[in-house]
Amino acid sequence: MGANGAGKSTTLLTIAGLLKPQKGAIYYQGRDITGLPAPFLVKEGIALVPEGRRVFSRLTVRENLELGAYLVKDKGEISARMEEVFERFPRLKERQRQLAGTLSGGEQQMLAIGRALMARPRLLLLDEPSMGLAPMLVREIFRIIQEINRQGTTILLVEQNAHMALQVAQRAYVLVTGRIVLEGSARELLKSEEIRRAYLGGQ
Amino acid sequence: MAGFLQQLVNGLSLGSIYALVALGYTMVYGIIQLINFAHGDVLMVGAYVGFAAVVFLKLSIWWAFLLAMGCTALLGILIERVAYRPLRHRGAPRLAALITAIGVSLFLENSGLLLFRPEIRSYPPGLILNRPLSISLGGIDFTVTTFQVTILAVTGILLLFLQYIVYWTKTGKAMRAVADDADAARLMGIDVDKTISFTFALGSAFAAVAGVLLGLYYNAIDPLMGIMPGLKAFIAAVLGGIGLIPGAVLGGFSLGFLEALVSGYWSSRMRDPIVFLLLILILLFKPSGLLGKNQVEKV
Ligand SMILES: Nc1ncnc2c1ncn2[C@@H]1O[C@H](COP(=O)(O)OP(=O)(O)OP(=O)(O)O)[C@@H](O)[C@H]1O
Ligand SMILES: [Mg+2]
Repeated sequence: MGANGAGKSTTLLTIAGLLKPQKGAIYYQGRDITGLPAPFLVKEGIALVPEGRRVFSRLTVRENLELGAYLVKDKGEISARMEEVFERFPRLKERQRQLAGTLSGGEQQMLAIGRALMARPRLLLLDEPSMGLAPMLVREIFRIIQEINRQGTTILLVEQNAHMALQVAQRAYVLVTGRIVLEGSARELLKSEEIRRAYLGGQ
Repeated sequence: MAGFLQQLVNGLSLGSIYALVALGYTMVYGIIQLINFAHGDVLMVGAYVGFAAVVFLKLSIWWAFLLAMGCTALLGILIERVAYRPLRHRGAPRLAALITAIGVSLFLENSGLLLFRPEIRSYPPGLILNRPLSISLGGIDFTVTTFQVTILAVTGILLLFLQYIVYWTKTGKAMRAVADDADAARLMGIDVDKTISFTFALGSAFAAVAGVLLGLYYNAIDPLMGIMPGLKAFIAAVLGGIGLIPGAVLGGFSLGFLEALVSGYWSSRMRDPIVFLLLILILLFKPSGLLGKNQVEKV
């Protein structure tokens, strides 16, 4: 969590290998992965659902999902994963031949998550998945995120919606101008005075 | 009516060639938003490789096509690697890349003048069957040559091949993904640089076919032969909608027809002025081209 411009997206983009850090190091499963290129990190099990979804708008839903498994050679494996994604997001199955750019915002978010899941990540980075969605859809997306997490994928979630985020998360970190100023279990942070004042609109 | 149909048939040949060249422009533009002004000169190199293949290596014209395609594909990769990639990696402005493209174009033209000499060379006669066929369609008579049919067939085959690559193969999907959003493509594990190289190779190979066809069509090649067809194909790509593959084909054939009609009904001296006037008109009234959505693109 953190205010606009705190460096949340920058952090995720750096972990995913799209930006190189000027200082510091990134460790993943005990290994230094600082500065490694994105394709390599995808192979290592890191997938990012970027801010603003960034689906391939002129490609079909199906092609978007296929590209999510770009590094997978086995065609059977790809279709098995696609079936799983379709099970999770039946809406995408109905719309698989549609151009991704013509999907609604919520559908695009589902596609962006589905596309990342096609890589079978061990670490899923989500950048503001609730942005611009109606409250009902936000709850739906959070339900799916929790489900993915329960099935064994580690999730690093960036959210403006602090209340929702703290309810589903185990640990939370608050970023201010690129630095972690507060961290702890989500439950603790939910109760913390500072957080209530700054993010939850409490008094 | 017969005369009109005859002009259309004539326009089909040059139109095919323009379409083949325009595809290279449009694919490269689609993926890195660069007007690769060296593209016409790649065509010239293709024409010379084809020439060398039939004259010095005594290969058949079909092997000449393949050899020209292979060599220019490598040349395209090399140009991208040496001239454009370093700029891209440094985040240079698009204008810098455009100026570099003009530099590469001049480099290729002058290397051609130096290596191949400024004289005009001719492909030896009889490489491709060129017999007139009289056709009668619903009472209208016109003539097609077997060479014109060959040009059309070669273009048709290449278009099908391209369609297959772009829409059905993994590399083609990667090409479209990079064109759509390069950073998102990286997140999928796509090697963006490799995909761009492939696009240059593909476009350059198509230009080589156009170069050999032009050499056969005009029976003359010279180191500056790529300039005009390069510009015309650029106009064709803009006409159809730059960045759009179907646009390049539509633009190429439209331009071929337009040229044939202007030459046939007016004067062949008016052909080029009309074509460039067309460019000005498109840029003024529909800069996104026939198939493009109207959003102004800055070059
Ligand atoms: N390429 C860049 N050049 C200069 N500054 C940049 C660049 N990219 C990001 N920044 C700055 O870094 C800061 C952090 O940006 P970042 O996108 O990570 O914020 P964020 O926490 O994700 O914010 P938001 O909640 O608005 O998405 C911002 O002040 C931004 O302007
Ligand atoms: Mg952000």
